[in-house]
Amino acid sequence: MSLPARIVTLLVAFLAVVALALFVVIHYFLATTQTVDYSAGVTADTGAVVHVVMQEDPQNTVSTHPDWVSYFIQDPTTKQWLHTTVFKVPAGSRIDMTIYGYDGCTPLRNPFFGKVTGTIGETEDVNGKPYSQLNSWAGCHVGHTFSIPGINLNVPMASPDLSANLCGTSPCTTASPYRVMTFSFMSPKTTGDYFWQCRVPCGGGYLDGFGGPMQTIGFMTGNMEVVS
Amino acid sequence: MAASVAADDQVSQSGGPNHGLRIFLIWLPLAVAADLLLYFVYGPHMPPGDMSNTAASQQFDIKVMSVLAAPIMLFVLIFAIYALIVWRRRPGDDGDGPPIFGHARIQATWITVTAVVVLFLAGFGTYELAWPGMAGAGAGEGPAPIWKPKGDNYLQVQVIAQQWKFTYRYPQFGGFETDQLVLPVGRPVQFNVTSLDVIHSFWAYQLGVKADANPGVNNVAYTTPLHTGTVTVRCAELCGLWHGAMFDYGDVVSVAQFQAWATHTETVLASVTKILPPYASTYDPTVVPQINAAMAKAGITGASGLFYPPQDPVQP
Repeated sequence: MSLPARIVTLLVAFLAVVALALFVVIHYFLATTQTVDYSAGVTADTGAVVHVVMQEDPQNTVSTHPDWVSYFIQDPTTKQWLHTTVFKVPAGSRIDMTIYGYDGCTPLRNPFFGKVTGTIGETEDVNGKPYSQLNSWAGCHVGHTFSIPGINLNVPMASPDLSANLCGTSPCTTASPYRVMTFSFMSPKTTGDYFWQCRVPCGGGYLDGFGGPMQTIGFMTGNMEVVS
Repeated sequence: MAASVAADDQVSQSGGPNHGLRIFLIWLPLAVAADLLLYFVYGPHMPPGDMSNTAASQQFDIKVMSVLAAPIMLFVLIFAIYALIVWRRRPGDDGDGPPIFGHARIQATWITVTAVVVLFLAGFGTYELAWPGMAGAGAGEGPAPIWKPKGDNYLQVQVIAQQWKFTYRYPQFGGFETDQLVLPVGRPVQFNVTSLDVIHSFWAYQLGVKADANPGVNNVAYTTPLHTGTVTVRCAELCGLWHGAMFDYGDVVSVAQFQAWATHTETVLASVTKILPPYASTYDPTVVPQINAAMAKAGITGASGLFYPPQDPVQP
């Protein structure tokens, strides 16, 4: 190989390595998930009420993983459903949660997490009826959980009937079968990021269901950012 | 080192300073001072403390090893510094050092001392870890532990690790499960450590207990809390996205406080205890009939305890 050809080859190889490194840094390390801001216009530590609305779907057809189960969060201003699992709330406030459950049932690996903890009154309402726990091993009517370990919050999400024809396109609409869960909790007075997760092993296709969407922000886990 | 000391010997035989004696005299007071400081001043603060018998035993072992290691480390450092100062090359000195072919007395001393230290540590460690009546290692010993504490009045606590939280089951109190670790002071505890999903590690730092949590395995570890206080529990095995947040705090309390807590918690959690599987040493879904029945009801089947068949819906 001639000297110019060798130099060109070396340059091309060098640029390829640099491009690959840049791609990894930008695509994986600098990638950010959109944050839905529920704190705007609310004064922290006053016990003000903030209403957060979410839904969990059997799929995520607006992502590169259309067959992963996923949560969505509603923008409080536009009412659009956003493909993100990060939301911001004011500290020391009452958070009223509404979560639409469109996904079918999967039993909890540990039925201990069928118990509602950390909510005001230690209960949740499913379609308007209060429950203090759901038994996912009897009747198969739990789809997921919404759990924030940092504040000991754990709320099982009920699922539509076993025979229901589940929603097939995300974000789902109330034209599809669903259950609606409502509950309230107090956001902590200490600001910071509080991760949340689902405790049902719903990562289909992954070992014991604990991979994929269970490990990926934007699907079945995310952050609650508590700000002052 | 043997070569250099042989050189010292030659010099001292020829009427020069006795370097070996000089080094010894520098080393001896420093070694004694270092050992006294390590054992009596820093020793009581060495990790993991003395909250349990296993922790206290580990602290004692670390103190002993430090007391043995410090003089050796000091000797090496002092010798190196002495050599750099005394035997450095002088201006105009371009000659080679004297040819040296070994020194039987120094070599024998070196081999003997190091062999004695290493063999002593091996014996000491074995005694501390395995001798009946000692505190044990505080580590997971697998499902059939060889070493057990004396007596059989254990408090059994099952540690269930799952992404990303530890929960604890108390089979001697109706099998309730809770996310609070509470232990009575003075009573031996048998931890039965297992996992629901991936490999975790139960690390109760102040108790000196660390045991891997493997799915389908009952990893047994023992300790006896000696003092009341707070215990930091961390996962010590990289276990997924939120591994860094997998920690909690337990409490060692008086026997009366523990009894009151256990009785109260058993009552409060009675409704959720009813829906738990019968107490078993592991949570392997292939041996828990309720899980398999629930899976079948959900239309989810799979071999080897998998929640999903390999083709559904994607493969990693």
